[in-house]
Amino acid sequence: MSATAFKTYPPPVMEVSEEGDELLEVAMGPHHPSTHGVFRMDVALDGERVVRLKPVFGYLHRNHEKIAEKASYLAAMPYTDRLDYFCSLTNNWAYALAVEKLAGLEVPERAEYIRVITAELTRIQNHASAIGFLMQEMGASGTPLMYAFREREKILDLFEELTGSRMMCNYMRFGGCRVELPSGWLEKVKTVVEGLPSFIDETEALLTGNEILMARSQGVGILKPDLAVNAGVTGVMLRSTGVNYDIRKVDHYGIYDRFKFRVPLGDHGDIYDRYMLRVLEMRESVEILKQALKDVPGGPIMDPKSKIRGFRPKPGEAYGRIEAPKGELGFYLISDGSGNPYRYRVRPPSLINLTILEDMCLGRNVADVVLIFGSVDIVLGEVDR
Amino acid sequence: MLGEGILKGLGETAKNFVGSFVSKDRLTTVQYPEERIAPIENTRDFPFLVYDGPDDADGYDKLAGLRCVACQICEKECPPKCIYIVKSTDKKPDFVGKPQIYPARFDIDISVCMSCQICVEVCPFEAIKMDTEFELSTTDRFGGLLFDRDHLSRSNQHYHKIHPTEATEVDARLAEEKIKADAKAKAAAAAAAAKAASPVAAPPAVKPAPVKEPGA
Amino acid sequence: MKISSAFWTNLDQVFVLLQHWIEGFFPQWLQPAIGTVLAVVAIVAAFPGIFALTTVLERKGLGRIQNRLGPNRVGPLGILQPIADGIKSLTKEDIVPLTADAAVHFLAPVVLVIAVFLGFAVLPVGRNMVLVNLDAGLLFFFAIGASTELSIFMAGWSSRNKYSLLGAMRAVAQMISYEVPLLLSSVVAVMITGSLSTVKIVEAQSGFTGILPHWYVFTPWGFAGFVLFVIAALAETNRSPFDLPEGESELVAGYFTEYSGFKFALFFLGEYLAMFSIAGFAITLFLGGWGAPLSILGFIPSWAWFFAKLLAGILFFIWLRGTLPRLRQDQLMNFAWKFMLPMSLLNLLVAGAWRFLGDGWSRWVVCSAVLLVAYVLLGRVLMHHQHLGARSYRYAE
Repeated sequence: MSATAFKTYPPPVMEVSEEGDELLEVAMGPHHPSTHGVFRMDVALDGERVVRLKPVFGYLHRNHEKIAEKASYLAAMPYTDRLDYFCSLTNNWAYALAVEKLAGLEVPERAEYIRVITAELTRIQNHASAIGFLMQEMGASGTPLMYAFREREKILDLFEELTGSRMMCNYMRFGGCRVELPSGWLEKVKTVVEGLPSFIDETEALLTGNEILMARSQGVGILKPDLAVNAGVTGVMLRSTGVNYDIRKVDHYGIYDRFKFRVPLGDHGDIYDRYMLRVLEMRESVEILKQALKDVPGGPIMDPKSKIRGFRPKPGEAYGRIEAPKGELGFYLISDGSGNPYRYRVRPPSLINLTILEDMCLGRNVADVVLIFGSVDIVLGEVDR
Repeated sequence: MLGEGILKGLGETAKNFVGSFVSKDRLTTVQYPEERIAPIENTRDFPFLVYDGPDDADGYDKLAGLRCVACQICEKECPPKCIYIVKSTDKKPDFVGKPQIYPARFDIDISVCMSCQICVEVCPFEAIKMDTEFELSTTDRFGGLLFDRDHLSRSNQHYHKIHPTEATEVDARLAEEKIKADAKAKAAAAAAAAKAASPVAAPPAVKPAPVKEPGA
Repeated sequence: MKISSAFWTNLDQVFVLLQHWIEGFFPQWLQPAIGTVLAVVAIVAAFPGIFALTTVLERKGLGRIQNRLGPNRVGPLGILQPIADGIKSLTKEDIVPLTADAAVHFLAPVVLVIAVFLGFAVLPVGRNMVLVNLDAGLLFFFAIGASTELSIFMAGWSSRNKYSLLGAMRAVAQMISYEVPLLLSSVVAVMITGSLSTVKIVEAQSGFTGILPHWYVFTPWGFAGFVLFVIAALAETNRSPFDLPEGESELVAGYFTEYSGFKFALFFLGEYLAMFSIAGFAITLFLGGWGAPLSILGFIPSWAWFFAKLLAGILFFIWLRGTLPRLRQDQLMNFAWKFMLPMSLLNLLVAGAWRFLGDGWSRWVVCSAVLLVAYVLLGRVLMHHQHLGARSYRYAE
C-alpha cells in the first residue's frame, strides 16, 4: 500500500484554558462502561475539572415519530413500549391518555384501577433499577443492582402473566385495557407488594447511612430550582430541588385522587437527594398499591365506543401527559380525521432532563460527571426515540 | 455517621451471603439450559396459524383444517409489516362447511416481527394465535427466520397445550358460532323448501318473515 | 488411640523436618543453599496457589453476596476456574503499542512480581518457618513495598497513553499518601516489642493470660493500629473502596490499559500477592502471627493458624469489595492526610502512655477513652467541614 492510499488528517487543535494550559479533550462514550445506553459526552478538562461538556446523542434514533405518523393509531402502541423500555406500561398509558382526549373516550373504572396498579409497579421497579445503576457507577460492584433486579424479576413475572410479555407489554388500549386480569393475578400482586417494604428497608440499610455514598453524592451535581423550572426539567430531578410538581397531583388524571399518598421533596438538589427521593417514592408507591388492591371493582375493561380496527378520531389536537418514573411523559397528537395521526410528537423526559447536564457538571471532577449523569436516570430509547 | 453506616451495610451483605445458602429467595439463579422456569401461560412469542386436525401427523394435509381465510386484516394491521399473504384462486370449505378462499402463501418474517400480538387481536376467525417457542436461532441467514405457511401451521391441540384457558374460550366461541351458523343454514334450507313447496303463497318481496315461521 | 503431643509437635514442624531431610541428601557445604532454595520454591509454589484459590473465592463470594452463583462449570463448584483463566491469558495476543517504550513496558510487570515475592522473605509463616530472619525485617518489607509503586509508574509512563499516565499518577499519589499511615500504625507494634524483627514481634505475642492470648489487637492502641493498618493496606493494594485507579466506570482501565495477555495476568498476580503479603504482615504485627487464639487450641499447627487467619483476611477483603462503593481521588487523599495521619500519630502517644502507666485497669480506661474521644471528634469535625450528614425530607402539603 502506498503512502497516498491513506488520507492524512490535520492534528487536532487543543484549546487553551484561562491559565494558559492546554485543555484535555475526552470523549466519554458512546460505548459507556456505565450502561444507560449509547451516549457520548465530549468533555473538556482542565486538569481534573470539567470546563465544558457537550452531550452527543442520536445513536439510538429509530424514527419512532415518523413511523407512528405512517402507521395507524393502534400500530403505534407497540412502538411506544420501546421508548423507555424499562417502563413500557406507563408509556402505553400516556399514549392512550392522549388518544382518549383526542377521541373523547371514557375509561371504565376497572380499567383505571388496573392502570394505576401497573403504573405503580412500573415505578417501583424503575426506581429500584435506577438506584442500582447509580451504585454500579459508584463502584459498589453490582450488589445493590442485583438486589434491585431480584425484586424486578418478580414484578416482570407479574407483567408476563398479565400482558404476555415482560418488558414490551403493549397492554393499554384506547378506552381501557387489552385483556381481562387472569384469575389469581391480584393475589399474586398482593404477595409481591407485601414483600416490597422489606426490600426497600434492606436497600436503605445497605446504602442510606453509608458514609462513602454520602461523601460522593452530597453536594455533588447541585441543581438550582429556578434553573430547573426554566429548563423544563420534571420528575425526581425537579422535586429534588424543592419544587412541588407531581403531575399525579396537578392534573388529577386517572383515579389518583382516590388514593392518599405524599410527594417527597428535597432541599439541596444534589445526587443524594435524588437517590433518597427515589427510595421515598418507592415507599409511596407501595402505599398506593396497598390502597388500590383493596377494592378493585368488577365490570368491563374497555369503553364500548372504542374500536380496534378502523379507528378514526375526529380532527383536532390533544396533549396527554402522565407522571412517568423518569419525569413528565407527554404525547402531542394532531388528527386530520384519517386512520393515522397527522402529527405525533413525544415529549421525552430523559432528553429534557439532560439539557442541563453541563450546568450541573461544570467545575466538578471527571469522576463526578459519571455519577451526575447516572442520577438523572435516563434511558436512551427515550432520548433518541 | 462515623462508620456505622458502613457497618450496617456490611451486615446486610453478610445476611445475603448466608441467606444464599439457606433460602431459595436469596439465590435466584436458574441454571439455563439445564434448569428451566415453568413457562407462564399467557406468554407470547411469535404467531402461528391454527388448524383443526390431528397434532403434527405426517402426511396430514394441514391445509384442510386451516382456519385462515386470507382476509388480509392482520397483514394490514401489523405494525412492522412482517406478514405477506397471497390469496388462493380456488376455495375450500371452512369449519362450518362454507367454501372460503385460503392463503396460497402466508409468510411471517420473525426477524421483523415484534411479538406485539395485534394480528391476534384483529383476526375475526381465530385463525392466528401466539406461540410460546423462543429458542428459534438459526445459522441460515437468508431464509432461516422466514416462516412459511406450512411451518406456521400448528394444530388446535398444540394451542390447547400452550394456552389452555384461551384455547377453551376460543373453542367455546367457535362452537357457539357453529351452532348459530347451523341454525341459520337449517332455517335457510327450510325456507328454500317452503318456497319450493308453495311458490304462489310466499311473496318474494317480504324477505325476513318467512325465515321466522319455520321455528314455530 | 490417644494422639501424643509429639505427633502435634512434629506436625507443626513438618515442613522444617521435610526441608532438613532433603538437605540431608547433599554435602554439608551445600546444605544452607539447598535449604534456601527449597524455601523459595515453597513460597513461589504456595502463594500463587493461594492466588488461584482467591480468584475463585472472590468470584463465588461476590456472587453469593449478590444472590447469584459464581462460576461453577469448570471443575466441581468451579474450583478449576483459575486454570481456564490462566490458559486464556496465556493464549491472548500480546499487544504492545507502537510508540511505547518497549523495554520499560516489558519490565513493569516483572518488577512488580519480583518486588512482591521479595516481600514474602521476612514473613513468618509458622514456628521456625521464615525464609530470612532479618533483624530489620519490617523495614525490609516496607522498603520493598515501595518498589511496587515504581512498577506502576513504569507501566503508566511506558504506555505513552494520556489516560494510562493519568491513572498511574493517581495510583502513585494514592500509594505514597497511604504509606505514611501504614508505617506509623505499624510502628506501635515495633515500639512495644522493642525490635524490628518480625519473628520477635510474633514471639512477643505468643503468651497467654489464662486462656486468652496476648495479641496486640486486644489492646486499645493495638486495635486502633490494626484498623488503621488494614485501611492503609486496602489503599496500598488498590482494593475496594480505594480502587479508583483501576475503576471500570471511570475513563479507562487505568495504568494497565495497554497490557494484554500474560502481562496483564502478571499485574493481576502481583496485586493479589501484594494483598496477601500486606495481610500477612497485619496478622504478624497485630493478630499474633502463627499463634493460636486460645491456649487450649495450641496443638493445631502454627502454619495452619497462619493460613487460616490469612484466609479470614482475604474473605474480609472480598466482603468489603462486595459492599462498598469507591471513594473519589481527592476524598481518598483527604482521608489519608486529615484523618489517618493524626490518628496514627495519636496512637503512638497512646501506646507510649500504655507502657508508662504500668499494669492495671487504669491504663485500659485511659487509653481507650483517649482514642475514642479523638476518633469521634475528628470524625465529626471532618464530616461537618464538608457539610456531610444524615438528612430528613419533607413532604409536599
